[in-house]
Order: sequence, then structure tokens, then C-alpha cells
Amino acid sequence: MANDPIHQFQIHRLIPIEIGGLDLSFTNSSLFMALTAAVGAGFLFSATQGRGLVPGRLQSTAELSYEFVANMLRDSAGSQGMQFFPFVFSIFMFVLVGNLFGMFPYFFTITSHIIVTFALAMTVIGVVVGYGIYKHGLSWFQVFVPSGVPGVILPFVVLIEVISFLSRPVSLSVRLFANMLAGHITLKVFAGFVVSLSALGALGIGGAVLPLLMTVALTALEFLVAFLQAYVFAVLTCMYLNDAVHPHH
Amino acid sequence: MFVTQAFAQEADAPPTSHALPPSDTEAAQHGETVQAEGGHEGGFPPMNPQYFASQVLWLAIIFTLFYLVLKRVLVPRLAGIIENRRDRIAHDLEAAERMRLDADEAQAAYEQELAEARQRSQAIGQEARDAARADAEAERKRVEGELDAKLETAQARIAEIKQTALADVGTIAEDVAESILTDVAGLTVSREDVAGSVRAAKS
Repeated sequence: MANDPIHQFQIHRLIPIEIGGLDLSFTNSSLFMALTAAVGAGFLFSATQGRGLVPGRLQSTAELSYEFVANMLRDSAGSQGMQFFPFVFSIFMFVLVGNLFGMFPYFFTITSHIIVTFALAMTVIGVVVGYGIYKHGLSWFQVFVPSGVPGVILPFVVLIEVISFLSRPVSLSVRLFANMLAGHITLKVFAGFVVSLSALGALGIGGAVLPLLMTVALTALEFLVAFLQAYVFAVLTCMYLNDAVHPHH
Repeated sequence: MFVTQAFAQEADAPPTSHALPPSDTEAAQHGETVQAEGGHEGGFPPMNPQYFASQVLWLAIIFTLFYLVLKRVLVPRLAGIIENRRDRIAHDLEAAERMRLDADEAQAAYEQELAEARQRSQAIGQEARDAARADAEAERKRVEGELDAKLETAQARIAEIKQTALADVGTIAEDVAESILTDVAGLTVSREDVAGSVRAAKS
């Protein structure tokens, strides 16, 4: 079991709660969501505590992430999209801290569960559709009708647009989920090789160096992936929000 | 705490891989299909729908709280700090620009003053030079005038002396002629005759 690479994704009930036949227990997943939110918010809070005109290291990091997301959003959705900044910033920080939390041994990776990433993706799409219809009314659906397309092939183009729109939450959630899941499994498998090889005596210990090096390299890669996937998630969120703000393209 | 609990469950679980792991027994009692995905205990955990409702609920609660805290408190704080700095930098740049303009102005005023002073000094020099020249001219004229006057006086005196000398020549000639006549020729001539002869010889 210690070598089971899947075990790290198991969910346990910490506080069993059941309402109307639904299992709504507070699980280790919930605990790590709460920790992610607490650490993310706590970091931003303590970093901005000094309100320094000349930022310290911590404040620089917080400001850097702020400017990073702000530029991302402004570039893809324009200044009108800036009203979604708190939302995109929350998504980015939540996914980033959640991913990085997964890098601690024995910690639960909330983003390695499809339902979590799918719920986040659906939230994004829900905001896009909800705001688009609220702001532009039914004319928002013109987002599926590109201008300048000949009438004959227009139905096909619209069909393709609709399918591509519907696949967005799937691709958005599966990308993040699969990256985190695969990365953590690989890491665990190689780390498991180190343990099982070193149990085989002197030769095994010599041989264990290779998977150990691999584990070290993979750990670095996983840190990169943790950041990169948070970035990708946020950047795609920005692009989808652009559709809500500017439906005519 | 959760880690130790996880360990405890880990320790319990392995021998009964065909049975339900402890955390799944409750669900099994509620008649849920725990082994929906088959294979692994309780299915492949990241896809296991058993905890979907719980995860969605807690994600909704926690993410909403996170979003609200960020929106209400942290984003305005960060934005305030960054805005504040931007304002300060803009303000400082503006002040620097103003100071530069002031410096330029002062420089221009200084240059102007310098040019004026130079002009003034040239004017003063010119004036002094003119005055000195005029003085020298006047002095020269005065000296020349004096010299002319002296020359005239001297010429007048020379003419007078000449007159006297010429007048004396007659007397001397009479004396000489009388002496010669008396001492050499042994003649006795009156003074008037001698004078008359001298005058005739002279003219």
C-alpha cells in the first residue's frame, strides 16, 4: 500500500455529514481546500501588511502575482474585462496554491480530482454565459456566428463553434486534472523504485541512484507544471471571459 | 492529524483489498455503489463519484469565501498599494520636471544677466576710453596753445632784441669811426658828421 501510487488520491471522511442521502462529509479534500484558501489569502494578507512604498520580498511576490494576472486579463479581455479581475485572481491563486500544496509529501492534491477542476471550469463557463446573456441579452449568442462566413457553410461553422464552446469546460478541467494526476503518479512510481531497489542490497542501492535522480528531476518538473497549469487555467479563463465581454468577433 | 488518520486507515486497508476500506463502509451501508469504477478499492479515487457531492459542496463554500475575501479585502489592498506607488512616482516625476524647468529658467536668467553685464562693461570701457581720448585731446590743445603763446612772446622778444641790436650797431659804428678818425687820422670831427656819414654808409 505504501508503494501504491494511487493511494495518495484517496479521500477519507474527517467529519461525516449526510443530508438527504447525499454524502457531504468534510473530507481530507475539503480540509486541503480550506488550507489552500487560508494559505492563499493569508499569504496575500501578510504580504500586504506593511503596505510598503518600496516592497519587501513577500510584498514583491504578491504584487508580482497581482500584476501578472492583471496583465493577463487586460491583454486578452481588454479593460472592460478588468471587472472580472478578483474572480480570475481568485482562480489563479486557488489553483496555484492547491497545485503547490500537492508538492508536499503526504499532502492531498485537490486539483488531482476531476470533479474539483470540472467544478472550477463550470464556474468559469457559468460566469461567461451568465454575464454574456445578462450584458448583451440574446444577441450574445452571436458569439457562435462568426461574421464574414458564406451562408452555405454557416450552419456547419455554427455547429463547430457550439461544439468547441461546449468542449471548453471539459478541456479546461481535464488538462489541469490530468497534469496533476499523472505528475503525482509518476513521481510516486519513481520514488517507489528507489525504495524497492534499495531493499535488494548493495547492487540495488547503486541502481536506486537512477530513479532517485529521476525523482529529483521530476520534482522540479512538477513545480514547473504546478505553476504552468495554474497559469494556463487562468489564461484560458481570461480568453473565455473575453467572449462574455466582446461577443462579436 | 489527518496524516496520522490516513496512516491508520492505510494500515487497516491492505489485507482486505477485496473488502471495502474503512472509509467506504458507511457508504456501503447506505447502499451506494462504491465500486462503481471497479478494480481499485472504491474505484479509481480521482474519478470516484462517491465524494463528488461533498467535494463540490465544500469547493463551493470554500472558493466562494476565498473569492469574497480576495474581492473585498485583498485585491483592493494590493490595488491600493500599487496605485499609491504609481501616484507617488508620477508625482515625483512631475516635481522633478518642475524643478528641471526652474533650473532651466534660472540658467536662462543667469545667461541673460551675464550678457547684460558684459554689454554694460563694454559700454563703460568705451566711455572711459572716449573720455580719456577727449581729455588727452584737450590737454594737447591747451599745451599747443601755450607753446604758441610762448613762441610768439619769444619771437616778439627776438624782434625787440634785434631792433635794439640794430640800433646799437649805428652807435658802435659811430664810436668806431670817431675813434679811427681821431686816433688814426688825427682828425677832429664832430659827432653829428660822423653819425651822418655812418647813416649814409649804412643805407
